[in-house]
Amino acid sequence: MATTIPAPTTLGASIRRDFPILQQENERGQRLSFLDSAASSQKPQVVIDAVSSYYAEENANIHRGVYTLSERATARYEEARQEVASFINAASPKECIFTRNTTEAINLVAQSWGRANVRNGDLIVITEMDHHSNIVPWQLLAEAVGAEIAAVGISDDGRLDLESLNRLLAREPKVVAFPHVSNALGTVNPAAEIIRRAKQAGATVLVDSAQGTPHLPVDVRALGADFLAFSGHKVLAPMGSGVLWGRLDLLQAMPPFLGGGGMIRKVEIGRSTWADVPARFEAGTPAVGDAVGLGAALRYLTRLDMAAVSAHEEALTRYALERLAELPGVTVFGPPAGEDHAGVISFTVEEIHPHDVASVLNGENVAVRAGHHCCQPLMARLGVVATTRASFSVYSDRDDVDRLAEAIMKAQRIFAA
Amino acid sequence: MSEQLYRENILDHSRHPRNKGEIDDPTATYQDTNPLCGDEVRMDVRIEGDAVAEIKFSGRGCAISQASASMLTEMVAGQSLEQVKAISREDILDELGVPISPARMKCAMLGLKVLKSAIYGVPQDDDTL
Repeated sequence: MATTIPAPTTLGASIRRDFPILQQENERGQRLSFLDSAASSQKPQVVIDAVSSYYAEENANIHRGVYTLSERATARYEEARQEVASFINAASPKECIFTRNTTEAINLVAQSWGRANVRNGDLIVITEMDHHSNIVPWQLLAEAVGAEIAAVGISDDGRLDLESLNRLLAREPKVVAFPHVSNALGTVNPAAEIIRRAKQAGATVLVDSAQGTPHLPVDVRALGADFLAFSGHKVLAPMGSGVLWGRLDLLQAMPPFLGGGGMIRKVEIGRSTWADVPARFEAGTPAVGDAVGLGAALRYLTRLDMAAVSAHEEALTRYALERLAELPGVTVFGPPAGEDHAGVISFTVEEIHPHDVASVLNGENVAVRAGHHCCQPLMARLGVVATTRASFSVYSDRDDVDRLAEAIMKAQRIFAA
Repeated sequence: MSEQLYRENILDHSRHPRNKGEIDDPTATYQDTNPLCGDEVRMDVRIEGDAVAEIKFSGRGCAISQASASMLTEMVAGQSLEQVKAISREDILDELGVPISPARMKCAMLGLKVLKSAIYGVPQDDDTL
């Protein structure tokens, strides 16, 4: 490729100016180190501009508006779908359904595909490291149809126990749903291998890629899964944009999730017939502006090159793990530095509650998350109530990591005094 | 900012909590958690006549929640139940004497919520403390 790609180690600092929100300082003149990108990433100017110009120049409700603006809005919406399809290498844009977020995408699969296919006594396999959004939708399904849920265990260093997976696969589960990357530990799971084994066992497979898509190149055809969900707002796009990718033959056989306008072919008082995919799963007026923003975000990431993004975050994570290892009293969870540790780091500081750590860090304009990270079963498995979590994105740099380490030392000084 | 939040009285109560423990046969007791951070506070109260004769708290969590609960036990020792019921959110914030951000308000109010729930005998709502 002839495009100029910044060297991985400079990705953070060199593109920081693309993100207006990162230009702010606190009252003490300290720059913002935003280390909560796993919760929601910040947005580059090109995304903000795309949303803004959509509303300034092209906004109208899509489909069936027989006037130019509506046609243009419809075109922008469908172009965004094409961007999504290209970004994850989907066979067709029809396989890409716009949702609000990963949570809605997983609920869609659990309620639509799940209720049509999962029966009393069937087994649903999830993992001990899943986010609540890949646990609770399956619990709702299991309760409704009488299915059973079992979780793949994890090792002490936060990796999935593939022997435990094999034992569960021997019971021929109906569905296997797992996180691409752990939102709490940063573990990059061997997705292709898990999918291969699960498919061999006859399961339908969903990948919760809420934390995978922001950190790694994603190729749904190479992965071989049946469904993959991700959130736009974690890949530099507006809040309110999310994606469910599904294999076309599966989607075409699925009943609707939500009913309403836009998802029907014909409505009579007593019954209706459904539109083709993806419209069947997009009831009501969609978040067109957010979808346009998502398209712009994916173009921006493609320009950066997801392989470079991944290398940048791996290098930064390696550096951060080295820095934190130098700090006495700091315990880091998850795998050691390497290809299977993406830019999410969970840690505790001896004798200081994770929320107090986060409050001291906030005083230094270092934004991190503290709590159970919507992973209560994982926290129970690790034997902690909560952790403090720092997470990276394309704009994160070594200075952010240094400031994190210094702020942790400051917390230790305050609490040791 | 963090120097403001973690002033000496907060750190002192957090490191050396007052009235920490449990009462064997409490007149009133209640325990609750702050789902946000997993803070836990239990309050045991021995009531004699119409007054707090003895109060102990137990639990674990962040410095704000534990210091706030510790301070509260000192505030209410010997007070009448009417006085305890009249303690407001503002009273707690005055006692803490540091700026509490919205994100940490539940931590600061957990002790009061638990104590009032014990005294009233029914769980109290955060918003109506």
